[in-house]
Amino acid sequence: MNEYAYLDHNATTPVRPEALQAISAALALGANPSSVHGPGRAARRVLETARAQVAALVGAAPSDVIFTSGGTEANNLALRGCGRQRLLVSAVEHPSVLDSGAQIIAVDGHGIVDLERLDMMLAADNTPALVSVMLVNNETGVIEPVARVVEIAHRHGAQVHCDAVQAAGKIGLRMADLGVDLLTISGHKIGGPAGVGALIVNGLEDRRDLDLTASAFGGGQERGIRPGTENLPGIAGFGAAAQVAGAAISDMVRLGAMRDKLEAALRAIDPDVVIFGERVERIATTSFLTLPGTDSTTQLMAFDLAGIGVSTGSACSSGKVRASGVLTAMGIADDVASTAVRVSLGWSSQDIDIKAFISAWAELHERRRKSAESEKLIRPAA
Amino acid sequence: MSTRQTSWNKDKPLYLDYQATTPTDPRVVEKMLPYFSEKFGNPHSRTHHYGWEAEDAVEVARAQIASLIGASPKEIIFTSGATESNNLALKGVGRFYKDRKNHIITCVTEHKCVLDSCRHLEMEGFDVTYLPVQQNGLINLSDLAAAMTDQTALVSIMAVNNEIGVIQPIAEIGKMCRQRKIFFHTDGAQAVGKIPINVDDMNIDLMSISGHKLYAPMGIGVLYVRRRPRVRLVAMINGGGQERGMRSGTLPTPLCVGMGEACAIAEKEMAAETERLKMLRDRFHDGINGRLSEVYLNGDLEHRIPGNLNLSFAYVEGEGLMMGVNDLAVSSGSACTSASLEPSYVLRALGVEEELAHTSLRIGLGRFTTEQEVDYAVEKICFEVERLRQMSPLWEMAQDGIDIKSIEWADH
Repeated sequence: MNEYAYLDHNATTPVRPEALQAISAALALGANPSSVHGPGRAARRVLETARAQVAALVGAAPSDVIFTSGGTEANNLALRGCGRQRLLVSAVEHPSVLDSGAQIIAVDGHGIVDLERLDMMLAADNTPALVSVMLVNNETGVIEPVARVVEIAHRHGAQVHCDAVQAAGKIGLRMADLGVDLLTISGHKIGGPAGVGALIVNGLEDRRDLDLTASAFGGGQERGIRPGTENLPGIAGFGAAAQVAGAAISDMVRLGAMRDKLEAALRAIDPDVVIFGERVERIATTSFLTLPGTDSTTQLMAFDLAGIGVSTGSACSSGKVRASGVLTAMGIADDVASTAVRVSLGWSSQDIDIKAFISAWAELHERRRKSAESEKLIRPAA
Repeated sequence: MSTRQTSWNKDKPLYLDYQATTPTDPRVVEKMLPYFSEKFGNPHSRTHHYGWEAEDAVEVARAQIASLIGASPKEIIFTSGATESNNLALKGVGRFYKDRKNHIITCVTEHKCVLDSCRHLEMEGFDVTYLPVQQNGLINLSDLAAAMTDQTALVSIMAVNNEIGVIQPIAEIGKMCRQRKIFFHTDGAQAVGKIPINVDDMNIDLMSISGHKLYAPMGIGVLYVRRRPRVRLVAMINGGGQERGMRSGTLPTPLCVGMGEACAIAEKEMAAETERLKMLRDRFHDGINGRLSEVYLNGDLEHRIPGNLNLSFAYVEGEGLMMGVNDLAVSSGSACTSASLEPSYVLRALGVEEELAHTSLRIGLGRFTTEQEVDYAVEKICFEVERLRQMSPLWEMAQDGIDIKSIEWADH
């Protein structure tokens, strides 16, 4: 399937060659990083190098990094482990944050979290709270005003967690500038492998205000917060991917130009195309857009037949046929939301992928136009 | 054994720590690699070729794992490793049934993550019985029977101990649990792929499996969860609903594929490998005993996996011994606690005296261990023990027939 145009990088990215090399090397090591003998110590060095690489991607200290099995686990650990009774999360969060039984902070029509609402919610109740707002939305690519969330939350004595899974490697990210207390990133969204992620805790060693109770118990790895033998090859690949992704952030200019070209081309065909979040700041790689009048499922089938992989939203729920929760939260009508597909680019994307999508989209659009016309001929007065 | 590719090179420490982790089998690596790069899809993407391809691979792996333990693929829940599986089994099942039953039975030589989970459940209001073990490391079934009450929700007894390699009477425990309608969980991390396990024959309701103990990679594990009679549990990681809601999060396709392939290889080669490892283990044990006296095997020899020896060397100093054999990658206990100098709680539970517990070596043999390596290690250990004993006044006294225990040491 070499000809296949993969445009679903927000679901997962292919592993970067540098990461694959690190994974292969670590697979050949074959020692437990907790063992004190020579091979164990060699494994430990690989682990600590990766920790520094991951920390550097988000401008954190290596000692702030807790490796987990992925973004979902890191989000669960942050929300349940923070020891805060009250949780406030935005309405467009990933299910691993949204399903925490938290109070929901509404978003506006662009998907941006309502800061005034947040301020009011925090002012109304002074139970120690954790606020969780993602940095980049996985469906629309919209960038949330996290630094302002932090400002408001900290003013009320609340802590802030940020799911930065879709942001890392796509926008410059410094934990200290954002000011968040906890940050989640994932390996397989930055060109590393699946099965590894990290929760990064600002100033973990000296923090007394956070009670990160372990949700699992065992061998005391990751300072007891996340026990279990470390996924060494995964972590090594994550580290290598973090290093490359950090250095390759300028590639976003190329990918952004591709994305803009795609959106312009579709709009030229049909000015009624709706592009969600286009009027606010978005990452360069994502476009969540409609093909007016053609439902998403029909589109997905047609695109797959044409050798193009896209999705309707997050992969976890893409098996279910229902409108995206993100679009619903943005107040998008169901008949519009049900015609949306997400196109997402990544490090391996090429112009040819975009061209394939545009031509398949144009063909579908034309088919739709013709069938609409013939319907008119049959039932002119309808 | 088609891939005994590791001809050991004396510049590297000789790896004899197969209970801490096993090298990933090159055949497993080969199967995994395409799923990092060209077949990289998210197995939960249901809208395109890449997703389906990854999902198919995950399902093949699930079937391979199920086949090794006589389960249905639907009963295989992927996790990040045995620690997570053990946590999920104990806390997940405990919390689900808490309102009806609040008693759990485990044993003192379990892996730390089982014991820690139990301690935590005690804080949540559970009663936990920690069964003692006999001198051979096995639990006494009459102790188990006596501990069972109508409040017992779960029995968690490991199949094979990670330090001394002894095999608990799993089938008998399973039968006792089933008769009393108590769920039976077993930590199978050191057992699956090493000894035949059949979840139906053994009445196992939940079983934890680790990838990196059976020549698959780290970062992947399984919790087997029986469907008939159905076992229910409260998930620990939520959001996304993968693994039938029991364990959310994107499945790492390459790791799942590796786990599946490792199980398929184990199923095919277990019988032959067991024979070979028994031969190597006996060669090791006989080699040591042929040259040294006052060496004690910890744990039962008969009810033991073939790839483990745990030996205590009297009249040597533990740290000196570890330093002396530092070109052998062996351990003095479990890797998780090996950085501490505390003697192993497993050995203490067996009643091993503190001095002997301090001088124990866990020797783990495995798929890539060769006869030549065994001979080298035996020679090295014997040489070091003899050297250390020559420097030991206690050894000299013992040789002269003085009973060391009868000496009354002066207080300083």
